[in-house]
Amino acid sequence: MSIETISLSGRKKVVSNKEMTFWERLYLVAIAKGLIITIQHLFTRKVTIKYPEQERVMSPVYRGQHMLKRDEQGRENCTACGLCALSCPAEAITMKAEERKPDEKHLYREEKYASIYEINMLRCIFCGLCEEACPKDAIYLTTSKVLVPSSYEREDFIFGKDKLVMPLDMAMKNAQLKNAN
Amino acid sequence: MKVTIDGQSIEVEPGTTILQAARMIGGEVVPPAMCYYSKLKGSGGKCRCCLVEVAKGSEADPRPMPKLMASCVTGCMDGMEVNSKSSPRVQEARKSVTEFLLINHPLDCPVCDQAGECDLQNLSFEHGKSESRFVEEKRTFEPENIGENIQLHMNRCILCYRCVMVADQLTDDRVHGVMDRGDHSNISTCISKAIDNEFSGNMIDVCPVGALTDKTFRFKSRVWFNKPYNAHRDCDKCCGKTTVWMFGDEIQRVTGRKDEYHEVEEFICNTCRFDKKEVTDWVIEGPRVFEKDSVINQNNYTRKLEKVEIATEEKILLGREEDRKKISMAEFPLTAEDIINQKSLSNNG
Repeated sequence: MSIETISLSGRKKVVSNKEMTFWERLYLVAIAKGLIITIQHLFTRKVTIKYPEQERVMSPVYRGQHMLKRDEQGRENCTACGLCALSCPAEAITMKAEERKPDEKHLYREEKYASIYEINMLRCIFCGLCEEACPKDAIYLTTSKVLVPSSYEREDFIFGKDKLVMPLDMAMKNAQLKNAN
Repeated sequence: MKVTIDGQSIEVEPGTTILQAARMIGGEVVPPAMCYYSKLKGSGGKCRCCLVEVAKGSEADPRPMPKLMASCVTGCMDGMEVNSKSSPRVQEARKSVTEFLLINHPLDCPVCDQAGECDLQNLSFEHGKSESRFVEEKRTFEPENIGENIQLHMNRCILCYRCVMVADQLTDDRVHGVMDRGDHSNISTCISKAIDNEFSGNMIDVCPVGALTDKTFRFKSRVWFNKPYNAHRDCDKCCGKTTVWMFGDEIQRVTGRKDEYHEVEEFICNTCRFDKKEVTDWVIEGPRVFEKDSVINQNNYTRKLEKVEIATEEKILLGREEDRKKISMAEFPLTAEDIINQKSLSNNG
């Protein structure tokens, strides 16, 4: 067997140069067949939606940008235990711990806190393992639709605590909600 | 004397304890130990983690011992048969002991510097439950400053007395000990004296939990982010053989060299431990090898790597024999000359 006649992929077809019959030469049957397929598609469900008016339902497991949570009293939950950094498969998280001073008790929940907490958003793959590893319920992947805003500078993608920590008014709102319930 | 532990026999000297015999066998049969420390005289018998079942007392008196025995203080007898991990009774007892030890132990592993090399963490991982049944309030103590270099967290203490024994047996006068009684007993210095003995730092190494930690390493890093190296230096006070825990070029912590049971091989002095934090102070021998599975030796390249063999047809990645014949595949790998020839051909074409 020569290389010309075998098919390694199994998809090779030999084109035949068979003479067409009269009906085939009219092409009417072929046109009708094609039209049937076209008309069928008019009645199938549309795959697109009218975006600004309509919005797709988010998946319940959607994972957006990270947020470092505060508790009801506005104190940061994170204690810089390093488990998120350890579990991170993309090695996107770095942190530096510091001891809480006696006058900072209203800022941090535990004796130790993260003075530097950085996520490199260029490395992050939004897998959510950090959220799973966190023993203090500190890091969450939110449902924010903006994952990472675009930028020209690489440095802009290293998110520090200024971008990650939950805003104070949000923590206050959460506390009010919890009290109301 | 012949002892059989979990079906494995070993010949031991008279006077050997069951725990020591089990450590000679090694592996699964070794009971966990929180208070026993082979380098400290008189340690052991307090935590009850190392309970074993003696199924046959000895050749002379083959009756089984009615209660579970603490293996670290029970001597071996000739012909003794011991069930360690294989006995459900022992497993149950160790589970209960773990639960008792954890009653007053705070759940602050994310904050604790010992996390990752903590004996109690390992114990509860292996024998403990994932939830606590203790609903009462945990016992807490006022934080106390016991000196420049050592941080005391009395809340985490399990009262193993190892640090007291180290101070007794290694140093001349001990200034700390266990104060008060019962539920109130706590490690403290007498009238808030600072511990400043040159060998007091070894208290940190012997502490099975995070009750005594290094102040120079406090919250600097987690142990698993550090790379441990064996290092030594000329020291006039101690052997100078240590493990340095590095983060990049920085020595963050210096400890004694601990074996697989977390016992130091040799005690080191405070100068080596707390003051020598420059790379130039040390001669680094090489990465420290850990026998025990731990978060510390994650990705350690000194571990033996098994060659991965894919159970499949031979040379399947090269293609089947018949296919290789069909396609004009080079019989031998192309040489550099061939590639140049090919390039010039394609350029011409």
